[in-house]
Amino acid sequence: MSTVTTTVPLAIELRDIVKRFPGVVANDGVNLSVRPGTIHAIVGENGAGKSTLMKTLYGAHRPDEGTIQVNGIERHFRSPKDAIADGIGMVFQHFMLAANLTVWENIVLGQEPGKFFRLDSKGARVRLRELGRRYGLELDPDALIADLGVGEKQRCEILKILYRGARILILDEPTAVLVPHEVDELFASLRELTAGGATVIFITHKLDEVLKYADAITVIRDGKTVGEVPDPSSVTARDLAEMMVGSELPSPEIRESTVTAVPALEVEGLTVTEEDEPDGRRLVDGATFTIHRGEILGIAGVEGNGQAELVKALVGILPATGTILLEGDDISHLPTQERRARGIGYIPEDRQKDGLALEFTLWENAALGHQRVKPFAKGVWIDRGAAHARATVIVDEFDVRTPGIDVQAFTLSGGNQQKLVVGREMTADPKVLLAAHPTRGVDVGAQAGIWDFLRDARKKGLATLVVSADLEELIGLSDRLLVMLRGRLVAELDPSTVTPSELGSYMTGAKEAVR
Amino acid sequence: MSVTTFQPVEPVESSRWWVPSPRYLPLFYVLVGIAAMSIARIGSDNSDLTSSGTFGVAIRTAAPIALAGLSGIFAERSGTINIGIEGMMVMGTIFAGWWGWEFGPWMAVVGGILGGVLAGLVMSVATTTFGVNHIVAGFAINILAPGVARFMSNELFTNQPGGSVSNSPGNRGDMGRFTMPFLSGGDLFGWKSPDVFGWFERQGWFFVSDLGALLKGLTANLSLDVVLTAVVFVLAGYVIWRTPFGLRLRAAGERPAAADSLGVSVNKMRYAGMAISGGLAGMGGAVLVLFANRYQQDQVAGRGYLGLATMIFGNWRPLGTAGAAGLFGYAQGITLRTNPELVVRALLLGAAVGLALVVALLIARRRGTAAAIAAVVAVVAYWAFYVTEEPNNQLVFVTPYVVTLVAVSIGAQRLRPPAEEGIPWHKGSL
Amino acid sequence: MLPGLRKALLAPLVAAVAALIVSSIALLISGNSPQEAFVEMWKTIDSTESVVLIINRAVPYYIAGVAVAIGFKMNLFNIGANGQYVLAALIAAWVGTKTDLPAPLHVTLIMFVSVVVAGAWAAIAGVLKVTRNVNEVVATIMLNFIATGIVSFLLAEHFRETETGGLVAQTEVLPESARIPSLNRLVELTGFHFAPGVRLLGFLPFAIALGIGYHLLLNRSRFGYELRLSGMNPDAARAAGVNPKAMIFKTIVLSGAVAGLIGMHYLLADPQFYKFGDQFPKTVGFTGISIALLGRNHPAGIIAASLVWATIERGTQRLSTLGIPQEIGPILQGSFLLAAVIAFEVVKRRSDAAAATAAARAVHAPPAPGPVLGSGATA
Repeated sequence: MSTVTTTVPLAIELRDIVKRFPGVVANDGVNLSVRPGTIHAIVGENGAGKSTLMKTLYGAHRPDEGTIQVNGIERHFRSPKDAIADGIGMVFQHFMLAANLTVWENIVLGQEPGKFFRLDSKGARVRLRELGRRYGLELDPDALIADLGVGEKQRCEILKILYRGARILILDEPTAVLVPHEVDELFASLRELTAGGATVIFITHKLDEVLKYADAITVIRDGKTVGEVPDPSSVTARDLAEMMVGSELPSPEIRESTVTAVPALEVEGLTVTEEDEPDGRRLVDGATFTIHRGEILGIAGVEGNGQAELVKALVGILPATGTILLEGDDISHLPTQERRARGIGYIPEDRQKDGLALEFTLWENAALGHQRVKPFAKGVWIDRGAAHARATVIVDEFDVRTPGIDVQAFTLSGGNQQKLVVGREMTADPKVLLAAHPTRGVDVGAQAGIWDFLRDARKKGLATLVVSADLEELIGLSDRLLVMLRGRLVAELDPSTVTPSELGSYMTGAKEAVR
Repeated sequence: MSVTTFQPVEPVESSRWWVPSPRYLPLFYVLVGIAAMSIARIGSDNSDLTSSGTFGVAIRTAAPIALAGLSGIFAERSGTINIGIEGMMVMGTIFAGWWGWEFGPWMAVVGGILGGVLAGLVMSVATTTFGVNHIVAGFAINILAPGVARFMSNELFTNQPGGSVSNSPGNRGDMGRFTMPFLSGGDLFGWKSPDVFGWFERQGWFFVSDLGALLKGLTANLSLDVVLTAVVFVLAGYVIWRTPFGLRLRAAGERPAAADSLGVSVNKMRYAGMAISGGLAGMGGAVLVLFANRYQQDQVAGRGYLGLATMIFGNWRPLGTAGAAGLFGYAQGITLRTNPELVVRALLLGAAVGLALVVALLIARRRGTAAAIAAVVAVVAYWAFYVTEEPNNQLVFVTPYVVTLVAVSIGAQRLRPPAEEGIPWHKGSL
Repeated sequence: MLPGLRKALLAPLVAAVAALIVSSIALLISGNSPQEAFVEMWKTIDSTESVVLIINRAVPYYIAGVAVAIGFKMNLFNIGANGQYVLAALIAAWVGTKTDLPAPLHVTLIMFVSVVVAGAWAAIAGVLKVTRNVNEVVATIMLNFIATGIVSFLLAEHFRETETGGLVAQTEVLPESARIPSLNRLVELTGFHFAPGVRLLGFLPFAIALGIGYHLLLNRSRFGYELRLSGMNPDAARAAGVNPKAMIFKTIVLSGAVAGLIGMHYLLADPQFYKFGDQFPKTVGFTGISIALLGRNHPAGIIAASLVWATIERGTQRLSTLGIPQEIGPILQGSFLLAAVIAFEVVKRRSDAAAATAAARAVHAPPAPGPVLGSGATA
């Protein structure tokens, strides 16, 4: 160790990292070697253990086994503070910014300039302006975080770690919320940093980005390192995908169309205006479309372009103008309860927030949203027998892995929770199903299962609206695709002919079509 | 691709000189309020409505409420909802009553703070360390504190001359008083300086005399604990907005995960916030003891909750909270004047006039519904003034609570509490 | 079932030990023997008479506990039960003295008035919360003070009795037809006889009915389902078609209406009263908060909590004759409550973690490699 070597030590070297959580092993012997001055990508499926690994490296929690070396020296981080002191900084997937503090306050927090009894806000502003100029990350230090866009928030996050003198930057899914030109800008800034000797590690599951921007790649599956690619030009996206998934990729199946001519849901001029503001922005602007029986209609769009609001307006949670016909009946003025009773199924975007009561048992959750209709309602009472029976059916038919239906929902894994939600909505026999991100954050097995359920229901005549950020999912599932941009439906595409990159350019407005 | 909108362009409000910009709105309302009270004073011929004496009592009664509100600010800015302020004030009163009796008034303040800090830390153990629901824990403090206080007072005071299980024998000595020289006639090295505010007050002019009375009330013959309260408020504002500690405290309440990810200990901040919160509440209790010159059981009488209301009304900011406490203190203060019935009756006229001015403002801003509601309330207030010769004594004493409730109902709309207050923080939930 | 019961009892036991330690320390500091105090407390409660007195005391506490718990279940903190029931009891007492009806009807009318008044008073806080976003803690506390003022005004000016020439600030005494008889006769049917002067007050059956009703409402009815759902996860409730504002309003009013029954125990069933006056208990609503917290809002838990509370009060009653401060009672109660809420949280967190681990283990099986569609070459 003490002998002088001519080779530069690795910036980061993780050996055999094991991290267990109650009931799960998130990391089960992960290795990672990162050369200094490079952009290193870590890829893997949802739930493969990427984020857990990075949090370990950042000191957010301690590994149960394994060693961490930074610049060739072994480290034991007890808290992020230790990692920061060692020049490591992390940008989390969900930004760690206080919305009601200013940019400069967020950035200096924890390492404030000035004295104990005097915060040097002037000094902070000057330094931030200077840092921003140097790396092309300019921001108004006095802006409130709440007023910033996604790209600006990310810049603020990066400035935050640069302010702390970080030489090793970890970015967790940095591009998930960015549009393509923002992605280019981001990596241009990161290149600038690595040119100055810094090291960048980023987590993603978007393989095109990996091949385009990374100097080296590590692939993680089921908590283990399954591939280390020092030279990205030697692999293809398909190679990486197979490493991530661990099996040969099936080719997209050819399906028979089940689309009928019977309209199930007809939407005309649906408009959602920003709440509390009479002249507010139109979050959904005159959406008009029809879904037929036996059809899956996909809505594509970069997140935040009104898809979430569209679904919520359809289910009646957000007030909207325009007309909605369910099998010919006008339901636009009915409350949520009534719409669902009439056959609108709803798989919310965020199952833990909107789709489940985590402290309710599975059988109580089986009635959620249907608590006022048969078979769950019996006069003013809840029919517990019916709820138990339905829960058993859901658990059996939708492969919810649970020790029983009397356990509380929070004990289930994310994938099983989602299967519970999907099963609940499907077994309620809806006429129209609104599915927002039906497989988000779900492991591969559960994802495939959910897709099968959706296809089976389609065969039986269900009309489904799918909103997703996963373009492969949209293309693979949908009979028809609509693209949403800034609240408007801007293009209609045929999923059997469109490519993901083509779809992407419609989503960002790079390409326009006349509907 | 532009979005077509059919809404007509709203006229820019600030272009009208007679509609104040939002920044100066509070000041504007204060001036409107003084004008309304001045009209009411003249209309009801009751000079006590806006006398410097009334304002003096108002600031005295406002001080403990204001401290309770400031206590709430420190707790909630750091992320803990503090319903336990009432109990912490109770702990403040018993310790202040004890130390004031043993050592004198200044030590009463120290004792009060100490008692409050103790209670604050106990609550923080429950909320911060164990993650107990904040309202539940706060309430437990409110149940526990009076029990402890009564037990202590039984032990300390029962066998003392003048003392009993429900009150202390009395403080040893008195706190000094302060009057601003040159403006309110304070003494300067034995020379009695001019009393400018007092002169204006005595003239009986519209608005000017009332303003003079207000300023004199705020600067003359103040007990030093009230002066200390004002100093504490200035200090608190400085700490919250201008120090690294204040920034960390606010971050712990706004986004604990962000603070934690930067190595700022959220739990440390929340403990600190609760200790300060308890200390301020305890000081509020001490101010009550100094006012009554002794500890009395049930002395706090809901001021902790009134303080919470001032904090909400003041939008979790010290200045706003002080203003709200002034309003509530005034409403409580007038019930302590001689002939409170007459003052409250005059206040009804003041409310009617003030509301009429607000109606005018609302109409100017084209807020029809709000204007209509305010107009109805104004008419009711005027009617009440007109028909009552002398309001019933029992009803007079609900004035501060009615004022509080009405004020909070009007003001609770655009307020913004710390984003993640009330959510237990678990280390490692990054 | 048994492990569930053990789990339910663990936290209160730990809390009880903690409370005993805290109060022992307080007693030691004050120079008293904890042992002597606790032995004396035991002696005070160790008799049939005491048991009856404890039940009589616990009945209104139970009702108050349920009233508050209804709100708690939805994360609404109705700390205004005091104002609600006191105002309601006064007006109901006045109505009772001004009407003349056959016994069951008279009692029913008075209770109905009380429930309506209390519910209406609570509705003010509900309206303010739903339309003006006023925190219900602040609103109900202010309404408590306002109710107190109105009560003393009404009592002094309008409802004051005239028999004694209006010397005492109290209403007239309710006639026989408006009283609920004691349960002694019923108990005697079983062959058991109380000592003379001991009465098991007649409001107990109402409390029992309320408890059953609360259980059915909460755990069996649709309303209860939506109430618990709204308290647990307002977003999911909204997605499930529950109107949050209507739910808040209904819950506050219901909580207030139940609170309206608190005073009826004293007014209709307790021979010490049969009227509303200065001696009428006015802070049982606050006690109800402690009871609800201690009983974890559970129908049976609240029974246990109200009995514990009443037992402590009864037990400490005679301490002062021995020179031991009976002020130890509130300390015992307060520290028990604080320790209990902490212990509940700790136990809950442990058992939640254990349940999650158990569930994960129970289903531990390699996920079936299903057909995979697009592993995300782009998205």
